[in-house]
Amino acid sequence: MDSITALFYVFSTVLLFAAFRVITARATVHAALFLVLAFFTAACLWMLLEAEFLAITLVLVYVGAVMVLFLFVVMMLDINSDGVREGFWRHLPLAGVVGAVIALEMALVLMRGFNLEAPVTSPEALAVGNTKLLGIELYTNYLYPLQIAAVLLLVAIIAAIALTLRERKDSRHMDASQQVRVKAADRVRLVKMDPTVQAASPEPGAASGPAADAPKPGTGA
Amino acid sequence: MSGGITLGHYLSLGGILFALSVIGIFLNRRNLIVLLMAIELMLLAVNLNFIAFSHFLPVEADRMAGQVFVFFILTVAAAESAIGLAILVVLFRNRASINVAEMDELKG
Repeated sequence: MDSITALFYVFSTVLLFAAFRVITARATVHAALFLVLAFFTAACLWMLLEAEFLAITLVLVYVGAVMVLFLFVVMMLDINSDGVREGFWRHLPLAGVVGAVIALEMALVLMRGFNLEAPVTSPEALAVGNTKLLGIELYTNYLYPLQIAAVLLLVAIIAAIALTLRERKDSRHMDASQQVRVKAADRVRLVKMDPTVQAASPEPGAASGPAADAPKPGTGA
Repeated sequence: MSGGITLGHYLSLGGILFALSVIGIFLNRRNLIVLLMAIELMLLAVNLNFIAFSHFLPVEADRMAGQVFVFFILTVAAAESAIGLAILVVLFRNRASINVAEMDELKG
């Protein structure tokens, strides 16, 4: 048993254990942390399969970004862990049977049907390197799918922001575009009112009261 | 070259991982976050299969195609989990719960 075989079995065991703990962990935070372990171990397995670029991408993108997002959401939400685990033991027999049947059937077919040994990687491919080979493929044969994937990520960014954006009621921010587009008519509205009642001619005695309050020009202050 | 380890080993590992995530979807039917994590595990199993196939192809075949496909699956999975978590946050804001059994407005 050479070292790669031993490593395969070690990584497989850790991966399956981590996956098992993801689906059975009592606290959701523990499930997320075990999912991190599962992704990391899968990256190690991909290294064994000589897919170095994708292994590093898995660690960077999944462990570094997606799982941190998961952890943020898990810690942000106040989850009642008893309520969401209701029915866990009731569904266990059915789930176990279904899962065991799926795994057994797949293993029966796959273990006997694919007894392929890995071909030796050609020295030219080794000299170029996995990352450069993948880059050449992506930017020549798969250029349009790559663009579509980029657009998809843009859509995901905008959708995630638009979904979770909450308009604040108490913020007093200024909308620059509205300020630019304002017209004089929006600021001042002149209301023309018809004089319906003819003002009575002021009596000399009554007019002296308000006139006393009015500032007299020329006196200074 | 991995001595003794055949393509069948990797495919069986992927199959067992996929079966585990199916069990997880059965068991955690109430917890939406763990459901999303089980879906991520499923995608991981599929990606493992793709990379194993690309590694065990003969040298003269187009061996990078499987890895390119994994690249796109990773892109789509990251977008999916981001939007899924955003929907989850909005749902929790409106309902104060992520229990799947309580979401029955559509009467489906």
